[in-house]
Amino acid sequence: MDNHRAALNRLPRWFVVTLAAAPALFIAGFYAWPVTNLLWTTVRRANGGGSPFGHVGAIIWFTTWQAVVSTVLTLLVGLLPAYVLARYSFRGRRVLVAVTTVPFVLPTVVVGAAFLALLPQSWHGSARAMIVAHIFFNIAVVVRLVGSMITVIPHDLVGAARTLGASPIQAARLVLIPLLAPALWSAAAVIFLFSFTSFGVATLLGGPTNPTLEVEIARRATQLGDVGGAATLSALQLGLLAVVVVWATRGQRRSAFELKGAAGPRPARTRGERVMVAGVSTAVVLAVGAPIVALVSRSFDVGNGWSMSAWSKLGSAQIRPGVGLGVDPLASVGASLRFAVVAAVIATVIGFLAATAINTSPRLGKLLDAGLMLPLGTSAVTIGLGMLITFDTAPVDWRARWWLIPLGHALVAVPFVVRALLSVLRSIPGDLRAAAATLGATPVRAWWHVDAAALRAPLLAGAGFSAAISLGEFGATTILTRSGRETLPIAIGRLLGRAGALPRAQAFAMATILLALSTVVVMASGIHERLGPDDA
Amino acid sequence: MKKLLTVVSLAALTLVGVACSSDAKSGAPAPVTLVAYDSFPTKDSPLITALGEFSKSTGIKVSVVTAGDAGTMLTKARLTAGNPEGDVMWGVDSTQLSAALDGNVFSKYEPNDWNAIATNLTALVPGHELTPVDYGDVCINYDKAYFASHSLTPPGSLDDLADPRYKDLLVVENPSASSPGLAFFMATVAKFGPSGWQAYWKALRGNGVEVVDSWDTAYYDEFSGAAGSKGHRPLVVSYGSSPPAEVIFADPPRTDAPTAVVASTCFREVEFTGVLRGTKHESEARKLVDFLISARFQSELPLTQFVYPARTGVALPAEFTKFAVVPTTTLSIDAATIAANRQKWQDEWTTIVLR
Repeated sequence: MDNHRAALNRLPRWFVVTLAAAPALFIAGFYAWPVTNLLWTTVRRANGGGSPFGHVGAIIWFTTWQAVVSTVLTLLVGLLPAYVLARYSFRGRRVLVAVTTVPFVLPTVVVGAAFLALLPQSWHGSARAMIVAHIFFNIAVVVRLVGSMITVIPHDLVGAARTLGASPIQAARLVLIPLLAPALWSAAAVIFLFSFTSFGVATLLGGPTNPTLEVEIARRATQLGDVGGAATLSALQLGLLAVVVVWATRGQRRSAFELKGAAGPRPARTRGERVMVAGVSTAVVLAVGAPIVALVSRSFDVGNGWSMSAWSKLGSAQIRPGVGLGVDPLASVGASLRFAVVAAVIATVIGFLAATAINTSPRLGKLLDAGLMLPLGTSAVTIGLGMLITFDTAPVDWRARWWLIPLGHALVAVPFVVRALLSVLRSIPGDLRAAAATLGATPVRAWWHVDAAALRAPLLAGAGFSAAISLGEFGATTILTRSGRETLPIAIGRLLGRAGALPRAQAFAMATILLALSTVVVMASGIHERLGPDDA
Repeated sequence: MKKLLTVVSLAALTLVGVACSSDAKSGAPAPVTLVAYDSFPTKDSPLITALGEFSKSTGIKVSVVTAGDAGTMLTKARLTAGNPEGDVMWGVDSTQLSAALDGNVFSKYEPNDWNAIATNLTALVPGHELTPVDYGDVCINYDKAYFASHSLTPPGSLDDLADPRYKDLLVVENPSASSPGLAFFMATVAKFGPSGWQAYWKALRGNGVEVVDSWDTAYYDEFSGAAGSKGHRPLVVSYGSSPPAEVIFADPPRTDAPTAVVASTCFREVEFTGVLRGTKHESEARKLVDFLISARFQSELPLTQFVYPARTGVALPAEFTKFAVVPTTTLSIDAATIAANRQKWQDEWTTIVLR
């Protein structure tokens, strides 16, 4: 009976294949082909730069342990804010969710500089500084992934445990944590992935004594010219991450369970609850606020007291007659916004098609899903260099095309769009589609009215997230050649690379603009509101 | 459904359409692309104005394309040798010279004004694969106020940096990650020899040298002398032209530099331009190289790129002559020796200083 019904309402094969074609071509053409080409070309033509495996054992060890420590600490630190934000309704809650989300989309070059200003001298160039920054970046992952799980755990479950005599800690350990296990696993996988592939934070805060594998790959390729060695290490990194992701997925599946319920946030009732809400809110605002305040205040600091001159001279071509910075800050805002829009459109279209295909055809979908994740684990430098040598002859001589840059951004953003959409798609009851079919709708029509309609909010959030990623992206696109089209992070990087107080302050002024833009994108697309079902 | 298919086909069409829109023109001189490192200006700069004048008088349009830092730029150029990303490249430096020549990246050209360039610079490229355009020095910079307030004489030599009087005062860049870092490392090799630098760096490590990955971290976050810096170390590896930059980019304006240079520590870096092998616009590219070493263009280099023009007889701005030190003798190593040993030395250095 069940099988029969499923067969009746299944989307036709041609339709699923059509849906999957564009994302499959996208990933094959703009990721798999360039990266394979680079490996093939450079490893064959090994250029005697010495073995890439000289120090690599130590580097892999460091990369792994700092990623593990970052992941565990982020989960520990993030759990309480995630709980408070998902459980309690209070004034300023939405703002607070936004506050925890913003760091995730901030460009690493900016955050790195802000932390340098904030942390004591003895922390500079240390693994500690790196780990602190990783926590700062990734709290949002815990708040989002674990938070949305908390909202489906009934309030009375914890209450029952308390009534039965469990202390708050026991209730958390024995009831909450096991229920949250699947969400914890997936959050851990994401945080581990980001911390393992850390680049900007690692170079700025970790310093030369603490290179991650990603840093070593970039150093090898760009500074030593040993592209073959870099490509080999990049493949090794991808292999290592694949093992971890598969392992985490297993863990997630093992601990998965069916839980139906929607427990929206409620006001804090007891005095203890109110204290907890207030305390956690204050701590979050302080923790996120401190680096941001350090960042903004440096844009007013030109060496001798406070000054507005970095801001007032932001648009002017010349600082004094005949002396210019060669950077047009306002044009770079324009370029960044344009790239962000294009990247968001590409990522949203591809992500939408992919998510739908993945949801309708589990077997084909799993493959596509895994394929779309690959760019996240691949060194940005490798992707950039791969594109450079692949798209170099007609009819694909695209090296200097502007759209290759937002396309590179979209490559990184698509998996996030897919994640946002899949969680909603999977929550749509099959009965709804069946009902539509019963009422005479063809499967395709039923899909359009049921599935597609439910996706508007997550699509917007996915688009916003893609735009935010594009705004902050620094790695892959530094490889792709550009003319007069510096994005904000690149213009900031250029200003940071010059001597003199004014360029420095202007870099921080532009970082402030970037911060504001990212925040607006986050708020406008409702990323921060997509915490749970009742919130949407 | 129809809507969806439209979206898909539109997306596909856009990709194909953009792909096919290449520009093929005939008649007028072809436009050329100048590939440069990140810190070359792309607009709103006297250099761009000068390039505009070149376009006006020759009809050759120039677009400037930036290709990453100097190391990244050369890596890309080597990968695409023979099928380059542009027509002319700006900014290969003397530590990269051998890699550029081995990679067969450039096509030979002797510009008209070759003889107007200082002979010690042209001597570096006897084969005319590249043309020297400018030079500068990487030197120890010091914070004048720190040494004045601690009544300590600033160090006078590389040896002084290992002296306990200057313990914990120096910050340098990682030679594996930074171009001034590499230059300073080469300075120590030039001074102490291929088998003597190891002991020197051991001594520097013992004397508390701090290593960071990039010039801007060293200069702004660790060095105490830069205006607005929160750093605590009064000695840094930077450029010979950093003191004038501190004056020119000061706000409000100031008349004296807060920093100065230890002249005997300076390592000379020369930058080159060249026609990229495989360009489809060889004659236009050559005209651009001619222009890059013309007096008109060269005179704009000091205040835009903070380097000295390679061409002799170009007047220097007052701020430059006043605050920059052009050392009479500088340390240098020939390009072939650098190329042959760089990887080995850097690995050795990493073990001595960082592990």
